[in-house]
Amino acid sequence: MAELGAEEIDTQNADEEAIRVTDLRKSFGTLEVLKGVSLTAHKGDVVAIIGGSGSGKSTFLRCVNFLETPSAGQIIVGGEEIKMRPDGSPADRRQIERIRTQLGMVFQAFNLWTHRTLLENVIEVPVHVLKVPRAQAIKRAEELLDRVGLGDKADVFPSFLSGGQQQRAAIARALAVDPRVMLFDEPTSALDPELVGEVLTVIRDLAAEGRTMLLVTHEMKFAREVANHVVYLFEGRIEEQGPPAEVFGNPKSARLKQFLKTVG
Amino acid sequence: MEPLLELLGLAKSAELLSLSPPGWGGNLLRGLVNSLQIAFGAFGFGLVIGLFGAYGKLYGGVVIRDLLAIYTTVIRAVPELVLILILYYVGTDLVNKIAQAFGYGRVEISGVFAGIWVLGIVQGAYSTEVLRGAIQAIPQGQIEAARAFGMPSLMLMRRVTIPAMMSFAVPGLANLWLIATKDTALLAIVGFSELTLETRQAAASTRAYFTFFLAAGALYMMVTLFSGAAFNRIEKWARRGQPSLRGKN
Ligand SMILES: Nc1ncnc2c1ncn2[C@@H]1O[C@H](COP(=O)(O)OP(=O)(O)O)[C@@H](O)[C@H]1O
Ligand SMILES: [Mg+2]
Repeated sequence: MAELGAEEIDTQNADEEAIRVTDLRKSFGTLEVLKGVSLTAHKGDVVAIIGGSGSGKSTFLRCVNFLETPSAGQIIVGGEEIKMRPDGSPADRRQIERIRTQLGMVFQAFNLWTHRTLLENVIEVPVHVLKVPRAQAIKRAEELLDRVGLGDKADVFPSFLSGGQQQRAAIARALAVDPRVMLFDEPTSALDPELVGEVLTVIRDLAAEGRTMLLVTHEMKFAREVANHVVYLFEGRIEEQGPPAEVFGNPKSARLKQFLKTVG
Repeated sequence: MEPLLELLGLAKSAELLSLSPPGWGGNLLRGLVNSLQIAFGAFGFGLVIGLFGAYGKLYGGVVIRDLLAIYTTVIRAVPELVLILILYYVGTDLVNKIAQAFGYGRVEISGVFAGIWVLGIVQGAYSTEVLRGAIQAIPQGQIEAARAFGMPSLMLMRRVTIPAMMSFAVPGLANLWLIATKDTALLAIVGFSELTLETRQAAASTRAYFTFFLAAGALYMMVTLFSGAAFNRIEKWARRGQPSLRGKN
């Protein structure tokens, strides 16, 4: 049975576009938060998105899976363009629901379902949305929980666990749908400092095995280490982007220089 | 048994309350069953209204929100006894008018149905508010996560919203259930033979007011105690996954 372990991620088509966002715009009322952001990730890319608070990083990620309705722009996931109405809302509910299952999102606040155990959290979407046979989903979920170091916590409810454990479970939940692209929105920002490392270790592994991801983060050292492309957002625009060595080692824009100085 | 009752002067009461005639116990129990049937139906009907009402208030358009605001405000403002009279007579009248329009004669409306309809509409207004509050108490991130993973909205309601709001809703719903059991007594006013009316009739025919009203009180009390135990279990189940406020034990 084709399971989704590290070994099987296809690196033959490394040029294949996993996601392409073109000229994405988003306004809240009169406040324009995204002023035309374009970004492409190929299969296996890790794109780190950095920027000051309020620069539009979360809004960008949330527009990608239509948790927010973009005001304009184009989003193509795995070669399939998301059909939009003129007002930016998804034109085809089934299409957006299907595409969302290909975009595994990991939230800053974990957002696990508190009335379900970790195992139930991980199998929820495969069983109910993707209609994977239950036994198969459970087997896979156990492997994933093992993998993030929570094999012995499968029957525990999230509220009884530390933030680091909850976030690792949330990553397992996102992996369970075998996402084409993973979306991380500051996955370690809500964690106590001593718990950050365990979550970063898991994400580092995913990067190493060739998972495609868009990663919003404030951990600059980490971004430099795992990303192969870094995007610096400033007030809803891409101010500078490039390979990490360039962006961090030799920033051109004065704003980026200033930003890197303040975040240390 | 017999001599003991004799001794306490309760022989007469025991005779009056015996289940078979000339005792009135059977009538009381039938009344209780009717009351429970209506309470159960009204509570359930109220929950259905409440779920739609809560969703309408939270996610509906302006018109729906306004209509629901009128519904919950009016129902909660007017005394229940008055509402029961209005809804009962309006309801039966309406059904008859419709029946006549389609060429049928007068229809006999079952007391149970009328009772469920009348009390259900009342319960629905309160349920709407209880469920609306419970839905709002769910951490929004949990609903957002379900959307982000492509859950269609009906599945989201069934798999996430309803189970997640349960722990917030159960205490309020337990109150509503107890109110429903006792509101059935108000249906006596439209001549429905529930526990209170049966009790009054038994008391009036035998002049043993004290015996019968005490017996009815005991029956209502028993319903409350059983319900309390049941709701405790439901609440415990609904709160699974949440650490106890007393700390771990
Ligand atoms: N739902 C919303 N309604 C109105 N303004 C919003 C909303 N969400 C975000 N914003 C505004 O958009 C801007 C960008 O927010 P966000 O994308 O969360 O920034 P970041 O994640 O980079 O810190 C902020 O000024 C924020 O106040
Ligand atoms: Mg943010």
